[in-house]
Amino acid sequence: MAGVAPNRRPVNMVFQQLALFPMMSVAENVAFGLARRGVKRAEQIKKSEAMLERVGLAGAGNKKVDELSGGQRQRVAIARSLVLEPTLLLLDEPLGALDLKLREHMKIELKQLQAAFGTTFVYITHDQSEALVLSDHVGVMNKGRFEQLGTPQELYYSPATPFVAGFVGANNKITGKALRNRDGIVDLASSSGWHISARAVGTVASGDSVAAFVRPEVASLGRHASELPAGQPAYQAAVESLLFDGANSAVLLREASTKLEFRIALPQTGRFADLRVGEPIFFSFDPERAVCFPVSAAANG
Amino acid sequence: MVDTGTASWRGRLTLGLLLAPALLWLLALIILPHLDLAVLSFRERVAPREFRASLAQYKTFFGEPIYWQIFVRTAAMSAIATLLTLVLAFPVAWTIAKLARGRASSLLFVVCLIPFWVSETVRTLGWMILLRESGVLPSVLVKLGVTAMPVEMLYHDATILVGLVYTSLLFMVVPLVGSLESLDNSLIEAAYDLGGNGWSVLRKIVIPHAAPGITAGCIVVFMLTLGNYLTPTLLGGKNSQWFTEQIYTQFITRFNWEQGAAFGFLLLVLSTTMVWLGLRASGQRFGEVMRRS
Repeated sequence: MAGVAPNRRPVNMVFQQLALFPMMSVAENVAFGLARRGVKRAEQIKKSEAMLERVGLAGAGNKKVDELSGGQRQRVAIARSLVLEPTLLLLDEPLGALDLKLREHMKIELKQLQAAFGTTFVYITHDQSEALVLSDHVGVMNKGRFEQLGTPQELYYSPATPFVAGFVGANNKITGKALRNRDGIVDLASSSGWHISARAVGTVASGDSVAAFVRPEVASLGRHASELPAGQPAYQAAVESLLFDGANSAVLLREASTKLEFRIALPQTGRFADLRVGEPIFFSFDPERAVCFPVSAAANG
Repeated sequence: MVDTGTASWRGRLTLGLLLAPALLWLLALIILPHLDLAVLSFRERVAPREFRASLAQYKTFFGEPIYWQIFVRTAAMSAIATLLTLVLAFPVAWTIAKLARGRASSLLFVVCLIPFWVSETVRTLGWMILLRESGVLPSVLVKLGVTAMPVEMLYHDATILVGLVYTSLLFMVVPLVGSLESLDNSLIEAAYDLGGNGWSVLRKIVIPHAAPGITAGCIVVFMLTLGNYLTPTLLGGKNSQWFTEQIYTQFITRFNWEQGAAFGFLLLVLSTTMVWLGLRASGQRFGEVMRRS
C-alpha cells in the first residue's frame, strides 16, 4: 500500500467533525462514494437505503444533514464510508467534539455498530477510556513510535514500557534505585528513601535506576495495620486530600517517612466514606501486582 | 409600565434617528427621482411646454430596431462579461481563501484591491495607453515580429469585455472569498476520501456551497456592467453601442428627457428581470444571497 495515494487505498475515513455534506440529503451523502465509482443510479439508491437501514436510519434518506441529532450524524458518517465496503475504516477522534454524556452514549453505539458490521475499525483517540472500552487491540504510540500493541487488558495489567504504565490508566510512579532482585521481585529505594518491592519487567540488576508503578486499586487501606492483608509490607501515611468521583473516588496520601504522594482508590463498600484530611492511615500493596522497569538515567525525568 | 413605555418609545426614536440618513437618501436620491422619471417617461411633448400622457416613448423603443438591438446587445455583453469575470475570479478567490495562509492571504487581497485606489477613468485610460494603435502592446507585437504593422486593439467588443471584466473582478472576488472561506476543508478531504476527484469535488461540494456567493457576485457584476458608461465608451468608442450611451444621448445631446427616462426605466426592468431569472435558475433567494455574501 505504500505506493498508493491515501485516497486510492481500500480504506475510508470518518472525520473528526464527521464532515457530512450539508448541501446534500442524507441519502445523497451515503450515495456520494458510490456515484464516484460510477455505480448505476438505481443501484446507488438501493445500496444506500439498505445501508441506512443497517445503521438504524431507515426512511431518513430525504432528511437534511442538519435535521439529524449528533448520534444520527455519526451513523450517517459511518454508513457513508461502509457503503463502499472498505477493508478498513479509519476513525479520527469522531467523538472529540461532543459533550461527555453524548460521548458516553456514542461510544457504546460505535462498539455495537462495529460488532454488527464486522469491519475492522482503526480508532484514533487520545481518550484512554474510549480506547479501552471500544477496542479489541490497542496500540499506544509515543513520539511517532508504537510503545506496545495488545489487548486493553494486557496494556492495563502488563504494560511493556514505563510510558505505557504511566499513560494507560491512573498509576503511582515511584522512581529510585534497585537494591536487589529476588527472583523477579525487585526491592527498591525511592530517591527520597522509601523502600518498596515490585515485580520486575525486563532485566533489573541491583544498582539500576528503576521506575515502579502501583495502580491505585491495587493498594489496600486500613485504619490499623492489622486490617491490611497479611504478608504485605505495610506503610503509614496521612490523608492529603479526598478525590470524590462516585465510583472512581480516590484518596491522596503522603507516606509518613518520605512525604511521597500516593493515590489509592477508595473501596466501593463505603468503608472509608468518613475519611478526613490529615487522618493517619495505613496502606499496603501486593508486590506481585506492582511493576518495576529499568530506566536509563536520561529518560528518568 | 410607564418606564417600559418610555423605554420602548425611546428605543424606537433611536432606531428612527439611526435609520434616518439611509431613509432620507433612499427617498431623496432613489425614490423621488425615479417617480419623476416614471412620470416623464409616460408623457409626450405636443407643443413647447405642452405635454400629454402617452406611451410614445416606449413605442419608439420597440419601433426603432437600433434601440432594442443595442438593448439586447448590452444585456448579452453584460452576461458574457459576468461569466468571464466569474471564471477568472474563481481561481483567484480559491487561492486567497484556501491556498494562501495568514499574511499571504491578506496580501493577495490587498493586491486585488490596489487598482481600485486609482479612479476608474485613469485605469481605463491606462488600458487605452496599452492597447491603442500607437500604444505599448501593438508596438511590442511589431518588435516581436508577430504583426507587420501596429494593430488597433481598441474599439473591439473583446476590448470592451476586457475592460468590463477588469473593472468588475474585485466585486466578484470579495463575495467568492467570503463563501469559500466558510467551506470546511474537511468536507473536501472527505469527498476525496470517498473517491471524488477534482472535478466532482468542485461540482458537488465547492460550487453548491459557494452558490450564494457566486450568485451575489454575479448580480453585483451584472448590474455594474449593465449600468457602466465609462468603460464601454472609452474602450469601445463609437462601436461600443452600449445602452447607457443611448440614455446619455437622449438626456444630454438630444435633450429628450422623456425618451431618456423611458430608456432608463427599460434598463431598470432589464436588470431586475435578469437578476430574478438568475436567482430562479440557481434556486437562491435574494435575501439569503445578500446575507450570506
